[in-house]
Amino acid sequence: MTDQIDHVPDFDHPDVVLCPGGPLLLRGEHVVQDAEGRQHRTTRPVSAVCRCGKSTDQPWCDGTHKVLPDKLKP
Amino acid sequence: MRIPKARGELSEALAAALHEGTPTAALTAVPATDDADRHLSLWTLYELSYRGFDDVDDELEWQPELLALRRTLERRFEAELREWFSPPELGGPFADALFELIGNDDGASVATFVQREATLDQTLELLRYRTIYHLKEADPTAWVVPRLTTGPKAALMELQYDEYGCGDPNRLHSHLFVRGLDAAGLRSDYGAYVDDVPVEVLMQNNAMTLFGLHRRLRGAALGHLAAFEATSSLPSRRMAQGLGRLGLPAEMIAYYQEHIEADAVHEQLAVRTICGALVHEEPAQAAEVAFGALTCLGLEDRFARRMLADWGAAA
Repeated sequence: MTDQIDHVPDFDHPDVVLCPGGPLLLRGEHVVQDAEGRQHRTTRPVSAVCRCGKSTDQPWCDGTHKVLPDKLKP
Repeated sequence: MRIPKARGELSEALAAALHEGTPTAALTAVPATDDADRHLSLWTLYELSYRGFDDVDDELEWQPELLALRRTLERRFEAELREWFSPPELGGPFADALFELIGNDDGASVATFVQREATLDQTLELLRYRTIYHLKEADPTAWVVPRLTTGPKAALMELQYDEYGCGDPNRLHSHLFVRGLDAAGLRSDYGAYVDDVPVEVLMQNNAMTLFGLHRRLRGAALGHLAAFEATSSLPSRRMAQGLGRLGLPAEMIAYYQEHIEADAVHEQLAVRTICGALVHEEPAQAAEVAFGALTCLGLEDRFARRMLADWGAAA
């Protein structure tokens, strides 16, 4: 069984946002497991999770995607 | 903070009027000696609406003669900004176009110089100059909140809440900078270094306050925010590396490390949800957003060129 949203909100405000060519935004508190299996708790209202794999601050985005060639952007 | 040291005829007359508490309409007719005199005068008038001065009566914040002088100085400054930073029309999806406009900026960077070459003295000089904004970080943008409709208002507060430490004073961004200054042996009291800063710093500060204080300029304020956030993560990493290279304390490095991660979030929020929502609700604001973004980038470029020239480094 799945929960259904029984009303349409007036404004878009999703919990997870995929930014084109950039990170994944997470709203709220979460524990994110990185590629090495380490767990990281979010500390801010919205967190940006790296999708390009090149951030030196894994699992969080550090803006590195902006200096990658287009074919390497997520 | 006390009234800053005058830099010319106008700031001298203004300081005297503020000190005596009797500004007159004649103040508006006093010619500014130069840009530094003009921008220090405007900065001083604006500070009456932030934290004020120990030696000035708080009543003067709304004194009509001072507001008249402020308006005269603001009109000239805004006209200059619009002449210098005229934006192209943004085409295609708004967020992509705004990211591209900001991404095309090739302005000079003090962060790259600090990362690789700056001496300790040069870096401490830069940190002193940065206090003028970082000790009131996010404050000019807070004035924009009540001028917005529901969508952009909620989006801006989502970002500002993080800037203000999510309610925890220990995490307030300006407080993180205070901790860094204290650890580095620099003064962390508000406005401590205003007598030392070059005019370019006053211009950057005045542009943010100008945009923040005028409802008419709400689009420019949010465009400025977007460009600021979108040009922060990567330079903050360079700053952190440079500060580490020079052996500066962990608290100061931590300020920049916080901005690597925070501003990677904030740039997405500022461009997509804040400016995106504003332009969705008020399409005519798109050009103002672009103007504000170019102002942020252009004034930082002027500051960086000034510093690199003073340091004998290539821009």
